[in-house]
Amino acid sequence: MILISFVCAIFTGNIANTFDAMLLASKKAVEFAISLIGIMAFWLGIVKIAQNSGLMEKFSKLIKKPLGFLFPDLKQNSDAMSNIALNVSANAFGLGNAATPFGIKAMEDMQEQNKDKETATNSMCTFLAMNTAGFQIVPALVIAILAASGMENPGQIILPTLIVTSIAFVSAIFFSKLLERFNIK
Amino acid sequence: MIKILNNLSIMILPAIIVFILIYALCTKTKAYESFIDGAKEGFDVAVRIIPYLVAIMVCVAAFRESGAILIIEKMLRPLLEFFKIPVETLTIMLTRSLSGSATLGVLSDIINQTGVESYATKLAAVITGSSETTFYVASVYFGAIGIKKFRHALLAGILADIVGIVAAIGICRIFFL
Repeated sequence: MILISFVCAIFTGNIANTFDAMLLASKKAVEFAISLIGIMAFWLGIVKIAQNSGLMEKFSKLIKKPLGFLFPDLKQNSDAMSNIALNVSANAFGLGNAATPFGIKAMEDMQEQNKDKETATNSMCTFLAMNTAGFQIVPALVIAILAASGMENPGQIILPTLIVTSIAFVSAIFFSKLLERFNIK
Repeated sequence: MIKILNNLSIMILPAIIVFILIYALCTKTKAYESFIDGAKEGFDVAVRIIPYLVAIMVCVAAFRESGAILIIEKMLRPLLEFFKIPVETLTIMLTRSLSGSATLGVLSDIINQTGVESYATKLAAVITGSSETTFYVASVYFGAIGIKKFRHALLAGILADIVGIVAAIGICRIFFL
């Protein structure tokens, strides 16, 4: 990708800009990770309380059945299951920042029972595809932007967005389940 | 309806926290010690993902700024006109999976260029709201646990993004044209 970009940059004469943007991006990446520390620490702290009090176990039992269907190899891994459940519900309410720590924790739980630590398991792929589809009930940020720009009725995009995101969510699950049969290395 | 849903999404997190704390109180769990334990883990995870984040974000920035995206845009132009897709929305379709902040930039750009009530704006808004930054999510989640072979995860994510964009084009025609 870097190579293609540089070839393009030579043709368009954007080499200086491209390099500047790359340096800026690396700075932004670190800034993001730093800003994530607080949220991450806070959430995992709260979640740890839920875990130690036994609440997590109860919650995960509740949603184990529908999710167990999607992640057959995680039946014995209740930590991963409950983190997946928390991630999906946080995303649905448009709480992307809260969903990320749960998602990363779920990935770590899945990694524990992964035999080849550098290769993703089927469940990891399904879970990632579900997250990249970005299912949410209300696209709060987009509505805020439209309202701020003076759209008369920004709520009009909620229903079409919900339909589209549901279609994308279902197809993400479908494609990951379909592709895992081919066992791509 | 929107207000109810917005209020609900504001209320849900504090409600969860309060519920967890009350439950811990009832079961006599050591809440403070548990919190500190978990918070330490959170710190480690955030620091560990930095190198992966830098690598991916630099790649994406280079692809965007070098004009590689503009070349793809030129090639697809005739197809867009056939499906009545405003040319302005192409950039957002291409950047949506690559960068979240860039997508928001492109969205405000489209609003400025075509007006806030235009079809292009509505289509762009639906695309932005209905999807996630696929490459970014992949780099954060797999980067955090050191996965190097993504197997079919990215492909499934991108295929779902394409389905989402096609669905957005179709649904927006029904709703807004």
